[in-house]
Amino acid sequence: MTEIERHSFDVVVIGAGGAGLRAAVEARAAGLRTAIICKSLFGKAHTVMAEGGIAAAMGNVNSKDNWQVHFRDTMRGGKFLNNFRMAELHAKEAPDRVWELETWGALFDRTKEGKISQRNFGGHEYPRLAHVGDRTGLELIRTMQQAIVSLQQKDAVEFGDAEARIKVFAETTITEIIKDGDRAAGAFGYIRETGNLILFEAPAIVIAAGGIGKSFKVTSNSWEGTGDGHALALKAGGKLVDMEFVQFHPTGMVWPPSVRGILVTESVRGDGGVLRNSEGRRFMFDYIPEVFKEKYAQSEEEGDRWYADPDNNRRPPELLPRDEVARAINSEVKAGRGSPHGGVFLDVSTRLAPDVIKKKLPSMWHQFKELADVDITTQAMEVGPTCHYVMGGILVDPDTGAASGVPGLFAAGESAGGMHGSNRLGGNSLSDLLVFGRRAGAGAVAYFQSLSGNTPKVSDASITKASDHALAPLRNPGGENPYTIQADLQQVTNDLVGIIRTKSELEESLSKLKGFRARLANITCPGGSAFNSGWHLALDLENMLLVSDCIAHAALIREESRGGHTREDFPKMSAEWRKFNLVSHFTNGEVAVEKLALPEMRDELLNLFDIEELGKYMTPEELTRHSKGANA
Amino acid sequence: MTRTAKFRVWRGDASDGALKDYNIEVNEGEVVLDVIHRLQATQTPDLAVRWNCKAGKCGSCSAEINGRPRLMCMTRMNTFTDEETITVTPLRAFPVIRDLVTNVSFNYKKALEIPAFAGPAHLKPGEYRMEQIDVERSQEFRKCIECFLCQDTCHVIRDHEENKEAFAGPRFFIRLAELDMHPLDTLDRKRAAQEDHGLGMCNITKCCTEVCPEHIKITDNAIIPMKERVVDVKYDPVRWLGSKIRRREGL
Repeated sequence: MTEIERHSFDVVVIGAGGAGLRAAVEARAAGLRTAIICKSLFGKAHTVMAEGGIAAAMGNVNSKDNWQVHFRDTMRGGKFLNNFRMAELHAKEAPDRVWELETWGALFDRTKEGKISQRNFGGHEYPRLAHVGDRTGLELIRTMQQAIVSLQQKDAVEFGDAEARIKVFAETTITEIIKDGDRAAGAFGYIRETGNLILFEAPAIVIAAGGIGKSFKVTSNSWEGTGDGHALALKAGGKLVDMEFVQFHPTGMVWPPSVRGILVTESVRGDGGVLRNSEGRRFMFDYIPEVFKEKYAQSEEEGDRWYADPDNNRRPPELLPRDEVARAINSEVKAGRGSPHGGVFLDVSTRLAPDVIKKKLPSMWHQFKELADVDITTQAMEVGPTCHYVMGGILVDPDTGAASGVPGLFAAGESAGGMHGSNRLGGNSLSDLLVFGRRAGAGAVAYFQSLSGNTPKVSDASITKASDHALAPLRNPGGENPYTIQADLQQVTNDLVGIIRTKSELEESLSKLKGFRARLANITCPGGSAFNSGWHLALDLENMLLVSDCIAHAALIREESRGGHTREDFPKMSAEWRKFNLVSHFTNGEVAVEKLALPEMRDELLNLFDIEELGKYMTPEELTRHSKGANA
Repeated sequence: MTRTAKFRVWRGDASDGALKDYNIEVNEGEVVLDVIHRLQATQTPDLAVRWNCKAGKCGSCSAEINGRPRLMCMTRMNTFTDEETITVTPLRAFPVIRDLVTNVSFNYKKALEIPAFAGPAHLKPGEYRMEQIDVERSQEFRKCIECFLCQDTCHVIRDHEENKEAFAGPRFFIRLAELDMHPLDTLDRKRAAQEDHGLGMCNITKCCTEVCPEHIKITDNAIIPMKERVVDVKYDPVRWLGSKIRRREGL
């Protein structure tokens, strides 16, 4: 057997993005010995890509903002499928999480009074996003990284060892959660640099491993977004909720290939960018849904006037919600009116002068000039929907982050589900990471303390099993290349489980996905185990397949369209379907999905909404709990 | 517009290695990292390379391309002629792990040596007030994506292994400058920069500024102002006397 490094900790945090690092701070603050496991180098997590900001109702720019307004916006954004308790905790605690970042050295942009500035963003009623230009994610990850370092500096003084109570394992990937009976007992994986296997024995494990974008062909996610956290929990007996809800951002780059999937920020359209098809037509005018007819311009002239005079004109349809725009682009491409590389054209050059573009969209101008050699002051960008975020994730207890079904396992961030319902608002992701990262860390601490020494054990048999599994692709001669399998898998999800779904295509996807299991069992990775990218991909593929399977299963069952789930054969939202979440399990090697009743909002939260608004989402019986409903 | 390009990539590990030649397909609009990925997918599945965001935001895919420290994701193929052989080698200032991947732990060790931000004890979270104009200077340095290209190109590190002990390097001089210019930081960063982190060893050749993909003016806006402030606090006789008197008062 290959050499196995063994470590023992009180708490192990899998993932070093915003959620993982915030969880680790909490565990270390309670005096527990904490390990942080990063798939990449420390400080490179995908959190770094967030641009817009952190949503928190601090009321710095508009004093009318408060947690109740933020809560309402979040529930509306998620089309009322959100776990209400998570949305409530998030709205209440986000301001404290932003303010504490300042005490760790974060430097947000300021208001004239010297407070943290806040900006407008889609779906937020008031200016709410704390930001640093358009690199807020970088500020967050660097601040958290430096907060960890400052704790290590304190430990160096106190114990003579910076890593006495908090240690970072960079470029280490976890392949399996090991259990003792029902309880989590440890995490098993490998170190990229050496290829050595590594075992962490720990009674409390926090999964904060990010998203699943790499299951799709076009994504804004990096190579790391392979659904590791989702799959680890599922394989350990945990459950995934809301997996059918995947957010496709309408404007990702499709060309050139060097930037495929990378986001073109919403403000390009907000500042005057128009969408055209190959015939030069501003096609969004053909896709204004009936419910929005009154709110959007009916002619190009009116839409153009809106930019200068928003009070007397209606906004152009390029600014419809993300899901509407994404669907429209998809339809144009399917109808053969797409751009040469399978997208549509997004153009700011026809409406704005070059110097105005450079002033209003400096980072976009630079991004395309430097990465793609595209000058957006004179050329159109080719854009199309890109897989951006998964609303679904590990089913957790809202207050503690405890994963359902596996004592000792906790989850936070994009790996956890429920908070965003069927659709996430921009800016609610960074705040989600901090609020629930902290809560999962605290949950892990409380759980650890409750054990009072009754710690689970990792058996030798389970280590051997995990190690054989991890090494299989290196030992198997004459099999398939993992890169080919990845490309094929991404094509299947792209074609059959993408932005518009139908029964027949989803059924086809499930049978095709089944076919990948045999191929995965027969992968070959030439070369040794030291920093072997092919081997790493081979192990990630298992997670990507499992996650794709959950998405396809849940998408087939949910017979309605809501947020990040669109069924061509069931185009309407259904109040009956709102009463249920879909929950994925993994039993005897098969994914199974079942309905779970959505927790009912407490009355005082329900009464934050007008009954007329709730009527669009809920059944008449549910509305009787509303103060006005009861009187009626 | 597909063509075949000549690539020469360093393959090997800490013990041994050599440049290997590859002919590889290149399509219009690609960057060096795309071609390296195609090499992985079609010819060398075990080629070791670090990368993450592929958008110039995470600073993972640092390497030397034709001898120049660069991000592979931000080096467009159309900046080379069709005939040119493109040589990709690992960062020279750090020990090789395998192929294009180096051990950059030196930088994380240095990060640990710089005391963290220390805000005023009397302000609670939410009570911080700072002017935009005052935070902007430090914000420039917080744009750093930690690609460590500046560390790689700095000859104090690159050519003199023995300096690594005493010299933190440009990435950490901007960290010190950021903290020094932070409106609410309470520690003395100037003396530390000179005495603990080797600021004096920098002889401002500006190589770090030239390779910074974030266009941070490392030399002009961080290192030179820090050097000037060090001169102020350390070598100004009036200040020196003042510091002695204050210390006595504290006794």
